[in-house]
Amino acid sequence: MARKDLAERKKAFQNLSGMEIKRVYKEKDVNDLDYQEDLGDPGEYPFTRGVYPTMYRGKLWTMRQFAGLGTAVETNKRFKYLIEHGQTGLSVAFHLPTIYGWESGHELTIGEIGKEGVAIDTLADMEDLFDGIDLGEISTSMTINAPAAILLAMYIVVGEKQGVPTSMLTGTIQNDILKEYIAQKSWIFPPEHSMRLIIDTIEYCTEHIPKWNTISVSGYHIREAGSTAVQELAFTLADGFAYVEAAVERGLDVDDFAPRLSFFFNSHNDFFEEIAKFRAARRIWSRKMKNTYGASKKRSLILRFHTQTAGVSLQAQEPENNIIRVTLQALAAVLGGTQSLHTNSMDEALCLPSEKAVKIALRTQQIIAHESGVTNTIDPLGGSYYLEWLTNRMEEQVNAYFDKIDALGGVIPAIKENFFQMEIARAAYQYQKDIENNDIKIVGVNMQRTGEDSLGGMEILKIDDKIGERQVARLKKVKSNRDNGEVARALRELESTAKGTGNLMYPILDAVRSYASVGEIIGTLKNVFGEYKEDAIF
Amino acid sequence: MEMSEQRKIRVVVAKPGLDGHDRGAKVVARALRDAGMEVIYTGLHQTPRQIVETVIQEDPDVLCLSILSGAHNAIFPRIMELMGENEIDDVLILAGGVIPEADRAELKDLGLEGFHGPGTPLKEIVDYIRNHLKR
Repeated sequence: MARKDLAERKKAFQNLSGMEIKRVYKEKDVNDLDYQEDLGDPGEYPFTRGVYPTMYRGKLWTMRQFAGLGTAVETNKRFKYLIEHGQTGLSVAFHLPTIYGWESGHELTIGEIGKEGVAIDTLADMEDLFDGIDLGEISTSMTINAPAAILLAMYIVVGEKQGVPTSMLTGTIQNDILKEYIAQKSWIFPPEHSMRLIIDTIEYCTEHIPKWNTISVSGYHIREAGSTAVQELAFTLADGFAYVEAAVERGLDVDDFAPRLSFFFNSHNDFFEEIAKFRAARRIWSRKMKNTYGASKKRSLILRFHTQTAGVSLQAQEPENNIIRVTLQALAAVLGGTQSLHTNSMDEALCLPSEKAVKIALRTQQIIAHESGVTNTIDPLGGSYYLEWLTNRMEEQVNAYFDKIDALGGVIPAIKENFFQMEIARAAYQYQKDIENNDIKIVGVNMQRTGEDSLGGMEILKIDDKIGERQVARLKKVKSNRDNGEVARALRELESTAKGTGNLMYPILDAVRSYASVGEIIGTLKNVFGEYKEDAIF
Repeated sequence: MEMSEQRKIRVVVAKPGLDGHDRGAKVVARALRDAGMEVIYTGLHQTPRQIVETVIQEDPDVLCLSILSGAHNAIFPRIMELMGENEIDDVLILAGGVIPEADRAELKDLGLEGFHGPGTPLKEIVDYIRNHLKR
């Protein structure tokens, strides 16, 4: 007989990955959990509780706000503004023409120059971008994939010109092409050629820039494209292992390069699901690196990650509410043990973030770090029946996806069969339908809707449309001042290396030094590698 | 009953611009298909010329454009110009993605409408299309 006072609001409670959540979790739900085997102390295998013995008691996470707008000179000013307000690492967003390897001025670049990031055509732009910023003192993360080797080469040369030895540089290139085919779609070459370029950068960095993070294996975009938390974790880790396999195949020792692989995850709305995801990520990675790939160095076994709060969770309706969403997502990332964090600005569903909104987003991190007390102890939620149960379920469901991917022949064959793309498209549609059926509630959108869709009184950032013309003119000037014979020679050398098997970083460095543009370097490689075409499925 | 006797509404969903944010476009494409429309999705990175060529070939009732790169002020006018040159004036043209309020009036004058940005219920888009067809 049902007692009325025990009636619940809903028939079933689910998290965003669709797992059914029980009313309460008890000891028996985590009966088989073994502290040493499954959790370990912070800094100890399998690193579920954290990758370092002291975590935030030693050093807080890096507050790294992604920025890039207009020209290099303008972004340089934003960087200096962020450094002045306490930001401890730089993160560069490039404009789309650079991301796709088109010169500013190409037909496909109309209206795009300097829009979603900074316009970099040649080394001259990179020199402006880091003008007055000591590359020996700051770590820089560059969100660049298909042309990552070129932007890394530019960074190295700017360092040389500042007198900073290459071996001293610290930073990250995203350099994760697999998730481009899966989710973000900024590919250039077919997968096999892209993998070669990536392994070339790993090989180069392992030898010359030991502290550089060579790939930031990214789940962020997979999640933004619509995946669930489980899919984000499974597909990202599968990508990570695919890079490990490719590098081992090249003849590199796993313990030489694995310590410089890092990860990049999304933090979405379901608080505990996200924390469990981060904890499961560390455990799955370390177990497989040890047991499957035979890694032995501690650094090879630890999964370090950057987090960005979920852009897709930001709403255009009552945008101020986004500050609260971002706060919860950021808190989940911190309780999940992130190494660095980007908090989104409240106005991003409406426009590119304004300076005021960016500042509030940074302040959100500082309040969590310095006022909330959550940094006093490591993994404060460890041992919670619910969280440990959820962490276990995450690991199980991720392993089930690994089996499916293996059955398709690995990550690249699965991409070619549109496996990931269809899984994500389905999940994205389901999520939207759940919102519209009110199964998932979004305050101010499908409940308590008031229709206030504007940012009263807040200034909206607009990029000057003249930037395009200025950047095209600048590129023209650089081209008229450089030694074009030297450029042609460097590009010929690059082409011949591309046709062979040599490491492409060396001819790319030469081409960059000659002020060859990203577009010219990519164009040369396209002649040899060809271009990727996706199936337009939905 | 009435609907099933009617010809299916034909829709081209196009992604101009260099951004890869195709989540919204794909979700809308599925929703329109589930609502009984015939949907052609162009895929990413379409130039204005490619989009107008698709419209000429497919002869849709509706063209849905989705862009989140901020290049709409440059790209949309170019698309409308090419539509004009080809004397296409009976296609309902909807704009989705991130298009700031301040930019909309000017785009409306060019003949774009709808402006279904993030958070728009799918049913709203379906209904809008049914109520605003130009042929």
